[in-house]
Amino acid sequence: MIRTSPRPFLLIAALAIAALLLGIASLLTGPTRFGSGEIAHILAGGGDPVLRAVLLELRLPRALLGLLVGGMLGLGGAVLQGYLRNPLAEPSVLGTSNAAALGAVIALYFGLSQAHPLALPLLAIAGALIGLAPLLLLAGRAESPLSLILAGIAVGTLAGAGISLALNLAPNPFAAMEIMSWLMGSLEDRSFDHVRLALPCIIVGAAMLLWKAHALDALSLGEDAAQTLGVDLGRLRLRLLIGIAIGVGGAVAVSGAVGFVGLIVPHLLRPLTDRSPSALLLPSVLGGAALLSAADIAVRLIPTDIELRLGVLTALLGVPVFLYHLARERRLW
Amino acid sequence: MVTLAIEALRVSLGKAEILHGIDATIGAGALVGVIGPNGAGKSTLARAIAGLPGTAAGRVTIDGDDVAQLPRASLARRIAYLPQGQTVHWPLSVERIVSLGRLPHLAPFSGVSTADRAAIERAMARADIVALRDRPVTELSGGERARVLIARALAVEAPALVVDEPLAALDPGHQLQVMDLLRGEAAAGKLVIAVLHDLAMAARFCDRLILIHHGRLIADGPPAAVLTADFLSDCYNIRAWTGTIEGQPVVLPLSLSGSA
Repeated sequence: MIRTSPRPFLLIAALAIAALLLGIASLLTGPTRFGSGEIAHILAGGGDPVLRAVLLELRLPRALLGLLVGGMLGLGGAVLQGYLRNPLAEPSVLGTSNAAALGAVIALYFGLSQAHPLALPLLAIAGALIGLAPLLLLAGRAESPLSLILAGIAVGTLAGAGISLALNLAPNPFAAMEIMSWLMGSLEDRSFDHVRLALPCIIVGAAMLLWKAHALDALSLGEDAAQTLGVDLGRLRLRLLIGIAIGVGGAVAVSGAVGFVGLIVPHLLRPLTDRSPSALLLPSVLGGAALLSAADIAVRLIPTDIELRLGVLTALLGVPVFLYHLARERRLW
Repeated sequence: MVTLAIEALRVSLGKAEILHGIDATIGAGALVGVIGPNGAGKSTLARAIAGLPGTAAGRVTIDGDDVAQLPRASLARRIAYLPQGQTVHWPLSVERIVSLGRLPHLAPFSGVSTADRAAIERAMARADIVALRDRPVTELSGGERARVLIARALAVEAPALVVDEPLAALDPGHQLQVMDLLRGEAAAGKLVIAVLHDLAMAARFCDRLILIHHGRLIADGPPAAVLTADFLSDCYNIRAWTGTIEGQPVVLPLSLSGSA
C-alpha cells in the first residue's frame, strides 16, 4: 500500500484556514444580513446600533463558542483515543459529558438557571469536576486503561440516571421539555458571559492536554515500554483526567451535550497524519472547531420551524461518516 | 562503564511473591543471558531491572543509584528496555517507531534534533531496517517487526540494554541476526541483558548465563558451567546432549527427564 508522506504543517494550515473561514461564515449567518461596508463600519466602532448589537453581542459570541467548543471536543477525543489506545474513545467514555450535563439539569430542575443566567454553566462545570472524584478514587492508581473505562462507565451511568430522574420527576411537561431541549445541545442565544466562562476552562483544559503530548506516542508501545521511555503513568493519567474534566466540562456547560465531534474528528484526520497520537492533537483542535462551526451554520440554514438542535445534527452527520470510515478501515486491515 | 547490582531482590505481583531474593552484579561489555523455565521469574527480573513497579524488598542499582528511586526520565536515558511481545497500537511507520526511542531525550513541545536524527539512523542501520523505514509497522512480518522494536530500544542509546525474549517468533536466520546484534552491542561496551528461551542460542552467544527457577537464582556463570546435565534436569526437567562445536558450547534437548 502506498502512503504519501504526511505534511503536518500543510494539514494544520489548511484546517486553520477552514476554521477561520467557517468562523467568519458563522458570524454572517442568520436572518439579519450584513454587507461588507456595514461590517467595516461596526468594526471601526460605528454603524447602526441595532446591527452592531446583533453582530457583536449575538453573532460574535456564538461564532466564538462554536470554535472553542468544537476545538475542545476534538482535542478531548484525540487525547483519549491516544491515551486509551482505542479509536472509539471520546470524552463521554469517562462520564465527563454526562456529569456536566447532570449539573446543568440540576440547575434547570430547581429553577436556578432562571435565578441567575450563569447558574447553569457553573453547575455544569461543578458537575464535571465532581464526576472526576469517583474516577480518581476508582481508577486513580491502576495502570491499565480498562479500569479507567469501567470507572468512566460507572460515573456516566450514574449521572445519566440522575438526568433521567430529573425528567421523571419534572413537575410539568414544560420543565421536562426544557431539560430535553438543553440536553440536545445548542449555541443559540449565547452571550459574552458564556464566552468568559468557557474560555478560561477550555484554555486551561487544552493546555493540560497538549502538555507533553509525546507521552501518548510512547503509550503506542504499551504501558511497560512507555514507563521505561520516561513516562510517569500516574501523573499522565491525573493530568489528562483533570484536563478533560475542566475543558470538556467548560464546553458542555455552554453548549449542552454535543456528541460525535470528539469521536469523528480524530478519526477523519488520523489518515492525514503520521498516525501517532501527538501528531493528531492540533489538527483535531482545528478540525473540531471547523466541524462544529459548520454544523452550527447548518442548523441556522436548514429551514425548520423550530431551530434544529446542534447535538441532533452532529449525531446525524456523525453516524454516516463513522460507518463509512469503519467500512474503509476494515478493508484496509 | 556501567555496573548493575541486584541486591536481595524480592518482587511481588499482586499477592504472590515471584522473586525470592536474587543477588547478582553485572558489568558492561558482556552479553548476559537470563534463562529458566516458563514462570521462573525471568521477565519479572527484567522488569525490576528496568525500574518497573513491583519491587517489594531489596533493590537494583545502576552505578550505585537505586532504579526505583531515580526519576523516570533520567532512568530512561540510562536503561533501555524492550518488553516481551510486539505491542504496537497504531499503524505507525518504522521510522516513527524507532524515533520513539528518543523520547527520553526530548523536552516538552520540542521536536527531534539533529543528534536524535543521527541516533535514529544508527539504530535503523544496526538492526538492518533502513529499507523498511516508510512501511507501516502493522504490515511487517514478525521478524521485521521484532527488528524494528529492537531498533527502537537501540535508539535510546542508553549504556544498559535489557531485552525480554527478543527471539520469540523468529526463524533461525533472524535469531542469529538478533543475537549477533546483541553481542555487537556488548562488544561495543554496553551492558546487555537478554531474557532467552532458546538454550542453544544462549549457549552459543552469551558470555554469562543466569539460571532462575521458582524465583531463585540457581546458577550464574559461563554457559558451560550453567548448562550442565544436573541443572537442566533440575530446572527444565529435561535430558540434554551438551558438547562443543566450533569451540562453542552446544545444548540439544533430547527428552524429558525420567522418560528415557
